[in-house]
Amino acid sequence: MTTPSALAAPRARTSARDPWWRRLLGTQPLGLGMSLPYIVFLAVVMAYPLGYAVYISFFDYVFTAPGVHADHPFVGLANYRAVLSDPRVLGSFANIAVFLIINVPLTVILSMVLASALNSLTRWTAAFRVAFYVPYVTASVSLIGVWMLMFSQDGLVNSILGPLAPDPSWLVNSHLAMPSIALFVTWKQLGFYVLLYLAALQNVPKELYESAQVDGAGAAKRFLHITVPGVRSTTLLVLILAIITGSNLFTEPYLLTNGGGPDGASASPVLLIYQKGIQQGNPDLASAIGVILVILVGLLSLISTRLTKED
Amino acid sequence: MSVDRSTAGNAPDHAHRKRASRGAVYAVLAVIALVFIFPFYFMAIGAFQEDPTTSLSALAPRGGWTLENFTTINERLGLLRALVNSLVFTAGVLAGTLVFGLSAGYALARLRWRGRGALFVIMLGVQMVPFQLLMIPLYVQIAGNYGLGDTYAGMILPSLINTTAVFIFRQFFRSLPESIFEAARIDGASELRVLWSIAIPMVRPAIATVVLITFIGPWNEFLWPFLITKESSMQPLAVALANYINNVAGTVANPNGAILAGACTLAFPVVILFCLFQRYFTASDIGAGIKG
Repeated sequence: MTTPSALAAPRARTSARDPWWRRLLGTQPLGLGMSLPYIVFLAVVMAYPLGYAVYISFFDYVFTAPGVHADHPFVGLANYRAVLSDPRVLGSFANIAVFLIINVPLTVILSMVLASALNSLTRWTAAFRVAFYVPYVTASVSLIGVWMLMFSQDGLVNSILGPLAPDPSWLVNSHLAMPSIALFVTWKQLGFYVLLYLAALQNVPKELYESAQVDGAGAAKRFLHITVPGVRSTTLLVLILAIITGSNLFTEPYLLTNGGGPDGASASPVLLIYQKGIQQGNPDLASAIGVILVILVGLLSLISTRLTKED
Repeated sequence: MSVDRSTAGNAPDHAHRKRASRGAVYAVLAVIALVFIFPFYFMAIGAFQEDPTTSLSALAPRGGWTLENFTTINERLGLLRALVNSLVFTAGVLAGTLVFGLSAGYALARLRWRGRGALFVIMLGVQMVPFQLLMIPLYVQIAGNYGLGDTYAGMILPSLINTTAVFIFRQFFRSLPESIFEAARIDGASELRVLWSIAIPMVRPAIATVVLITFIGPWNEFLWPFLITKESSMQPLAVALANYINNVAGTVANPNGAILAGACTLAFPVVILFCLFQRYFTASDIGAGIKG
C-alpha cells in the first residue's frame, strides 16, 4: 500500500539528488506553468498599477499624447499638501464619514438580525433569501434609476409622506443627500452580508441554544449571548468589507445625486479622483487622494480588528 | 386541558407560545422581503406604463399599458448593440476566469511548486486593494500605453480573472480526496488529463457558483467600462443607460418610462439567471472564497 502511493504522490520537499530545475521550481513545476497566466495578470493589473499610483503621487505628472515626452519632476509631498488643503477633498472625506456612520452599523445589525431570523425558520427560506439577495445581484445603474424616481420631488416617497416630505427633496437636500445614498447602499448590499452571516451561523453549535433555552434564557438573551459572540469573526469581515465598499463609493454620487450634489454635499473621494484624474488631467493629485483613502481604510480596518477582538 | 396541564406542566402553553413567536418572525420577514423587492415591482410596472406617475394609485394601474418606453430607449441608445457589448464583456471575463482560474486554483490546491505559498498570500492581499486606487494608472496603461481604449480587450483586461473565483476553485479542489488523484497517476494519466477528466467534473457545483458570481460583476460594472469607452457604439448597457439618465433624459417626452424600460432590460437577465440558479449562490461556497 505504501509503495505505490510513495511512487505516485509527489514528495513535499525536493532533495539534493533532484535535477536543478526541480530543486528550483519544486517537485511539480507544472503548477507554476498552470498559474502563470494568473500571476502575469496580477502583476500587470494589480502590482504594476499599485506601484505606479504611489509613484505618480510624488511627481508633478501630466497626461501626454502617445510619443510626446514631458518632464515629470519629483515634488515630494506637494501633491499631498495640495489635496489636503483643498476644501472639496476634505469635504468628500467628511461625506464618507457621514456615510460610514449611517451605513456600517445599520448593515451589521440588520444583516445579523435578518440572518439569525432566517436561520430559525424551516419553510419559505429560499423565497426570503431570493428577496434579500436580489438587490445585491442587480446593477446599481438600474436600481439608481428606480430610486431617483421614487425619491424625486414629486416621487412616490414624498407623495406617501405628504406634508412630512422634506423640502428641498431627498436627493437635492444638502443634509439628506448623503444619508439617502447610505440608505440606498445599505439596501443594495445587505443581502450579501446576510449570506455571510448565514454561513457563520451554521458553525454556532445548536446545543448552546438548547441548553440556554432550558435555563430559561429568552430569544433576545440568546441572540446577545450566543449568536453575537458566535459570529464575531464574520462581524469583523462584514465591518471591513462594508468600510471598503463605502470608501469606494462612485456610481451613487455620480448618478443618484448628479455628480456629488447638491454643491458637493455628496461628493465622494473616488468621484474627486475621477474628476481630478480623468476630467481635469491631474493624475498626480488624483493618486495622492487614492493613497490617502487607502491609508484611512487600512486604519479603519485595524480599528475594527481591535474592536471585535475577544477580551 | 386541565388534565394536560396537571400532567405535563406548562408544555402545551410553551409550544403554543413558540408557534406564535415563529408566526411573528414569518410576518416580520415577509414585510421586510416585500420592502426589499418593492423597487423591482415599481420598475417592472413603470416600464410598461404610458405615464409612470409616482403617486400611490399608479402602483396598481388599470390601463395605459404600452411598449412605447422600450421603443424610445432603443432609439436613443440602441438596446441591442448595448446588450451585445455587455454580453461580449461578460463572456470575456467568464472565459478568462474559467480557463485561467480553474488551472490556477488546481495548481494552488493540488500541485507542489515553488512560489505556491507566496501566490496565496498575494491573493489575500489583492482582496484588500481597492480598484479605485488602480483606476488612474490602469487608465494611463490600458488606454494610453496599450492603445486599448474603446476595445473589448481594454474593457475585459482589468477583470479578466476573478480572484474570488480562484479562491473558490482552490477550496473545492482541496476538498477532493487525494486517493482519486493517486489512482489516476498510477494509471499513468498526465496532470492535465487528471485536471480535465477527473478534477473538473467533480467540482461542477463550484463552476456553477463561479459562473453566477462572475457574471454579475462585468454585467453590472459601471466605472471601468465608463472610463474606457468614449464611443457610444462600444458601451455596455450599464454605461449607455447611465449616460441616458445623466444627459438625454431631459430632452424626451416620457423620460421616466424610458429610464425604467432601460433599467428593466439591464436588470432582468441577471434577476432571472439568479432565480434559476439561486441554489448555487450559497453561503458556504462564497464564504470560503471571501475568507480564503
